[in-house]
Amino acid sequence: MSDFSEELKGPVTDDEQVETSVLSGAGMHFPWLQTYIETVAIGGKRKKDFAQTTSACLSFIQEALLKHQWQQAAEYMHSYFQTLEDSDSYKRQAAPEIIWKLGSEILFYHPKSNVETFNTFADRMKNIGIMNYLKISLQHALYLLHHGMLEDAKRKLSEAETWRHGEKTSSREILINLIQAYKGLLQYYTWSKKKRELSKLDKDDYAYSAVAQDVFNHSWKTSVNISALIKIPGVWDPFVKSYVEMLEFYGDRDGAQEVLTNYAYDEKFPSNPNAHIYLYNFLKRQKAPRSKLISVLKILYQIVPSHKLMLEFHTLLRKSEKEEHHKLGLEVLFGVLDFAGCTKNITAWKYLAKYVKKTLMGNHLVWVQEEWKSRKNWWPSFHFSYFWAKSDWKEDTALACEKAFVAGLLLGKESSWRSKNRPQTIMADSFFLAWMAICMYSLGTGDRLEIPLACLEMLRTSKLDGGWAPVPLE
Amino acid sequence: MDLEEAEEFKERCTQCEAVSWGLTDEGKYYCTSCHNVTERSKEVINSDIIPNAQIKALNRGLKRKNNSEKGWDWYVCEGFQHILYQQAEALKNLGVGPELKNDVLHNFWKRYLQKSKQAYCKNPVYTTGRKPTVLEDNLSHSDWASEPELPSDVNSPFLESGMESQSDVHTRKSLRISKALQSETSVCSGSLDGVEYSQRKEKGLVKMTVPQTLAFCYLSLLWQREAITLSDLLRFVEEDHIPYINAFQHFPEQMKLYGRDRGIFGTESWPNYDDIYKKTIEVATFLDLPRFPDITEDCYLHPNILCMKYLMEVNLPDEMHSLTCHVVKMTGMGEADFLTFDPIAKVAKTVKYDVQAVAVIVVVLKLLFLLDDNLEWSLSNLAEKHNEKNKKDKPWFNFRKWYQIMKKAFDEKKQNWEEARAKYLWKSEKPLYYSYVDKPVAYKKREMVVNLQKQFSTLVDSTPTAGKKSPSSFQFNWTEEDTERTCFHGHSLQGVLKEKGQSLLTKNSLYWLSTQKFCRCYCTHVTTYEESNYSLSYQFILNLFSFLLRIKASLLHEEVSLVEKELFKKKYSVTKKKSKSKKRRR
Repeated sequence: MSDFSEELKGPVTDDEQVETSVLSGAGMHFPWLQTYIETVAIGGKRKKDFAQTTSACLSFIQEALLKHQWQQAAEYMHSYFQTLEDSDSYKRQAAPEIIWKLGSEILFYHPKSNVETFNTFADRMKNIGIMNYLKISLQHALYLLHHGMLEDAKRKLSEAETWRHGEKTSSREILINLIQAYKGLLQYYTWSKKKRELSKLDKDDYAYSAVAQDVFNHSWKTSVNISALIKIPGVWDPFVKSYVEMLEFYGDRDGAQEVLTNYAYDEKFPSNPNAHIYLYNFLKRQKAPRSKLISVLKILYQIVPSHKLMLEFHTLLRKSEKEEHHKLGLEVLFGVLDFAGCTKNITAWKYLAKYVKKTLMGNHLVWVQEEWKSRKNWWPSFHFSYFWAKSDWKEDTALACEKAFVAGLLLGKESSWRSKNRPQTIMADSFFLAWMAICMYSLGTGDRLEIPLACLEMLRTSKLDGGWAPVPLE
Repeated sequence: MDLEEAEEFKERCTQCEAVSWGLTDEGKYYCTSCHNVTERSKEVINSDIIPNAQIKALNRGLKRKNNSEKGWDWYVCEGFQHILYQQAEALKNLGVGPELKNDVLHNFWKRYLQKSKQAYCKNPVYTTGRKPTVLEDNLSHSDWASEPELPSDVNSPFLESGMESQSDVHTRKSLRISKALQSETSVCSGSLDGVEYSQRKEKGLVKMTVPQTLAFCYLSLLWQREAITLSDLLRFVEEDHIPYINAFQHFPEQMKLYGRDRGIFGTESWPNYDDIYKKTIEVATFLDLPRFPDITEDCYLHPNILCMKYLMEVNLPDEMHSLTCHVVKMTGMGEADFLTFDPIAKVAKTVKYDVQAVAVIVVVLKLLFLLDDNLEWSLSNLAEKHNEKNKKDKPWFNFRKWYQIMKKAFDEKKQNWEEARAKYLWKSEKPLYYSYVDKPVAYKKREMVVNLQKQFSTLVDSTPTAGKKSPSSFQFNWTEEDTERTCFHGHSLQGVLKEKGQSLLTKNSLYWLSTQKFCRCYCTHVTTYEESNYSLSYQFILNLFSFLLRIKASLLHEEVSLVEKELFKKKYSVTKKKSKSKKRRR
């Protein structure tokens, strides 16, 4: 916008004289503006109608796809194929990919379409833009997989794998790796099916050795196919997972650990929480020492502080001897509950209630203060609002109790932390009271039961509306 | 010539008994009605001439083969001639008189060839240094040596009798150069002179282009005062009733196109009104044509008749016609001198008949309803009330109701039009390629596209897509029977007019001008049209009409301003204030 207004202002000074004379009336006229508008509208040069209609056609197709009107989409597609013959070489080269994407989408959903139509289309498209041969082959295979045609998919992948045309570029190499890896994945699938068969068979069964042999053969091929891909930076979760499973099966623990460590720690790979989860699960299976597990989860904590493994992480930290781990344990719990998805996680609340109490008893008030400091502004309304108090109480009393206990500890402490001079909001007091009430009630520790009961009564009957009159503490 | 040669043969055809002979390449006779070729060749025949025998010459100019792979020797202008021929045929099929093709267009074309020094002159332009000698050489053993030169009949092109235009160019013996020599220079085009042609740049020369063919067509239509306006012509082109896009695909098989021909004959755009209009004037000036036949009140192109047509088209009351006639009279736009195209006048300009007629209607609408987004609606309220009370009388024209019906019809039409455009298939069955190396690639690609299209057409519902629309100068159809779409032709304007003594006045006494001031600088436009500055009903009416004519709304706005300029000439020169009032008598 700013550029445009700059340009608007610019020439005015030059043409000022002309401007003042023609500015009045509806037939206002700025010669410089006119040319500007014209070049904007037509991009400097008049677009050919061919370009115009084909781009209109494209948007009609997109609209039809969006509305799931496969029939209409196919109709427009019929005309859109002519972009393959576009005289604009740039557009002509881009056309096969666009057509493939649109066409495969249409054929995937179109009621009159079937596997054969899709096959013909894919084979045709493969040969139009050879640049897309591998990509289309891969997607073709995935389509076949989707239709449960495993053997055909495997055959397509093999075909693509052996396809050679022109120079080998780096992007093509990755594609070939990917194709091989998918082939490997299919082999893994067969392998794991065989493995299941094997586990059902008796060792003395005459078929056992044959099946076992089969299993071994497959694993060898698969590992070759997959291992090349997972060395390239990228996210290869299913491949890594199945590869590790096979390595583990044949007892190659070191190999598996190497793969997983590499996948999780190699800096060239994109940050991927699953990599750490796989590694952690693997190490757990291997009964690795606690310190090692903690170090893996520490990284996961940094990437996904809300992950469900964090509770496990907390347990590990709690059991640790180191004091810093204890502090981290508190941080982790608070971290988990920062996320909206975890607000109803009763385990987390239970842990927090216990741990805050333990920390306070362990004379680490500072730790709690530290965590609470950044949260005191929003946790009350996020977790301890009147609404939550009511609904939690109704839906899950146990959860409400845990929350109430935590609230009591935090807010209660909070109010007592406050200096007397600072104005206290009525709100905070009411929260505190309400939660204290539940807390004391649920714990049954209230010395004077009538107060919390009165509060509770107010909560339940919703009398505590907008005003939230403070309930006097006796 | 073939014609005379074939006339000598008068026997009946052994197969169909017709006496209608043409000459084949080998000099043998063939029957034009059943295509039976006789064993007899020209030399053997010696019979009397049969009068009235319908004799047609097979055009053999294009048929000199050098080798079948490379096709015939042909020139760019022959290509254009072929296109013009097809277009003329198409126009004939649309009901235009045959004189257009045989006399008018043919002569315009001959004149063009002469003026651009491509034929009918002593020194045609196709002479590169060494050519003259080669030419003589060639002629001595060419079949063409016997043909007469025709410089004399060019002086009176309009008197010459009609003949198949196709055979014309072949009379240019000077053009016949051996392919052997040419093939070296024209490796980059299928035509002999494709490269030279695209490089040819001379001052004052109007080079033929595909859009130019339409300028020729329009000129001939104008000369014949046919009932086809420029916007009709262009619409017929868009609807594929007149060959234009890929017109080259109907060239004879042996006329190969590639390389430079691609740039010359390939088109990827529909013709544009303004562009063709300018080209028409350009061509007419270049051809140095005399004043065209007068456009009089009984001509289709006269604003009175065109206004009637467009009033019907957009479903407005017939009574408005007398008002449009009045405006036409007051502005002097109905005068033959104003309407008639005269290329040799000082400033050659022709009238955009269709745009002008529509502009007159817009002006009349403005006079009646003001179109300020206010008055037209209050007048509609009056009309509605009146119509409710007097159900038996001729109903008053209700602008609101008209708007509602037209808006719906217009939106539907436009939507269909846009969809049809998006589905338009541009590529010809004969792909154009740059060189022989590209040929297999181009053909393979074409085949792929055809296969893919075939595959996807099976996915489309089997209901046949409504076949090619038959050509019509009307795009909307309003009939009294259709209850959904009220027809307003018979409605009366009583609600908006009032009697005063002998004369009728418009109830509305206000008027606003579409343009206050005309641009006097050297840019091409006269006014600017910024949509948002105008009332919604004015915008709607402009959009509706400009869609009908397939022109930009700004062009129509310009024309409206010009009509107003004529209509309020005095006021324009005296005052420059807004909202002028104008009472008009009927």
